[in-house]
Amino acid sequence: MIRLALVLLAFLSAPFAALGEEVVAGLSQNRISINANFDGSEILVFGAVKRTEPVGDVPPLEVIITVSGPRRPVMVRRKEKLALIWVNRDAVEVDAAPSFYAVATSGKLRNILTDTEDLRHRISPERAVRSVGAPVTITDASKFTDALIRIKTEEGFYTLLEDRVQVREETLFDASIALPANLVEGNYTTRIFLTRGGRVINRYETVIYVQKVGLERFLYNLAHEQPLAYGALSLVIAIAAGWGASALFRYIRS
Amino acid sequence: MQIYLPIAEVSVNAFLLLGLGGLVGVLSGMFGVGGGFILTPLLFFIGIPPAVAVATQANQIVAASFSGVLAHLRRRTVDLRMGTVLLIGGLIGSALGVELFALLRRIGQVDLFVQLSYVLFLGVIGALMLVESFLTMRRARKGGARPKRRKHNWIHALPFKMKFRTSGLYISVIPPLLVGLLVGVLAAIMGVGGGFVMLPAMIYLLGMPTKVVVGTSLFQIIFVTAFTTMLHAVTNYSVDMLLALLLLIGGVVGAQIGTRIGLLLKAEQLRFLLAGMVLLVCGKLALDLLLRPDELYSLSYEAAQ
Repeated sequence: MIRLALVLLAFLSAPFAALGEEVVAGLSQNRISINANFDGSEILVFGAVKRTEPVGDVPPLEVIITVSGPRRPVMVRRKEKLALIWVNRDAVEVDAAPSFYAVATSGKLRNILTDTEDLRHRISPERAVRSVGAPVTITDASKFTDALIRIKTEEGFYTLLEDRVQVREETLFDASIALPANLVEGNYTTRIFLTRGGRVINRYETVIYVQKVGLERFLYNLAHEQPLAYGALSLVIAIAAGWGASALFRYIRS
Repeated sequence: MQIYLPIAEVSVNAFLLLGLGGLVGVLSGMFGVGGGFILTPLLFFIGIPPAVAVATQANQIVAASFSGVLAHLRRRTVDLRMGTVLLIGGLIGSALGVELFALLRRIGQVDLFVQLSYVLFLGVIGALMLVESFLTMRRARKGGARPKRRKHNWIHALPFKMKFRTSGLYISVIPPLLVGLLVGVLAAIMGVGGGFVMLPAMIYLLGMPTKVVVGTSLFQIIFVTAFTTMLHAVTNYSVDMLLALLLLIGGVVGAQIGTRIGLLLKAEQLRFLLAGMVLLVCGKLALDLLLRPDELYSLSYEAAQ
């Protein structure tokens, strides 16, 4: 009896789950290597929808793809005019803001996703950025989060690509997402959501590993593991370059 | 050609960096300033994180100054004894400066303090130099008698006198030690070599001949910036070797060119140009403080404490 009620409840809360739709997806690459001449990258996200029942009279299938860089705390400061000069006054720490965030959709985001679902799955940039606990003296904390998203969008790190996911025959879909050249190392979480009538009916999650390789890796490791040797090496290079240039110019002149 | 910097974690054009390094190198060779006060804001502007920019430009200044000092050493325009005295003061000063910086960080408003001290120092020094060099140039054109440089003032009454043969001075070690100390403090707080403070102090306070001043200033800047580089590498891991390499390749070549340009110009003309440049940077920084910024909000990524 209880089981039946649960099934019924599940059925009511997700009326289209009965189709048994499930994402099967792949990425053109799940490992991105940053070498010295890394100049951005493009990943192709593609997949198909597996289902057990034929599609009946239901709202159309929509697909949302998000790619999120590693999250880290960001300090957002606001300038204020004090006497004559503009100085940083209020500051709010945003606990976890992705270094990169792209959302690609098959339609207008607000048409294919309800607010509750957005809140639950943290899909839109506004929801993906998490901010808790602004100082009590600041009453307009949301302005700081908005500013963060505005600045990151202007810098090209946050993008909303509406209508950029192609869905064919309610089954196949694909989208390409460009990753900028200024990529931070880390795990980039890629999520794919299937929605019908604003409700998320299935989701799939995978990770793109972004790593420095070669010289970049070597220098980064040396700087963190052997800082003294790294500093000394930097100085040796500097002195050698200074001496080399001086010697070269003397040679040219004579 | 885009290049990805391993520590800064940004991708920038390699030729842009070479050009920036070269530009600052020319200034460094001409005037004997490290050029940090111009390079640091430029690096911020092209998107290098501030911590990395400050640490890395210290490293690049080591290279440019070393290249410049070699050129000056051959012409015997470096007062090694004076340089060493200044350096001793400088190292003590930068140790003090690091402490002061930590204190300011605890209070908050480090940025504002750094900006204000830039505006104040650049403004005062630039204005003084501009007026002085202008008067000297006008006097030279009129062909009037040069006023006697070496006036006897309180500086000559101090004890611990020492002969500085290259500079032709016989003065107490206390004023150069204090100058070095002040520059060291500024270097640590403002993240610059301090040449722009050092040069006028040497000329007007200590009365050193201008031709010797440049080489001597470069000599002590090498050590102060080398010290700063090590400090940043060990405590913040913020020295980007690849960025430094590109900047310094441009920088060392520029420094050689600058040294040669410097020889073509009269001392007061050099001072006039340097003063103009210092005032330009000062004006830009002052405007930033006074005008309403386009974007009131700013982001910063501090290492999670």
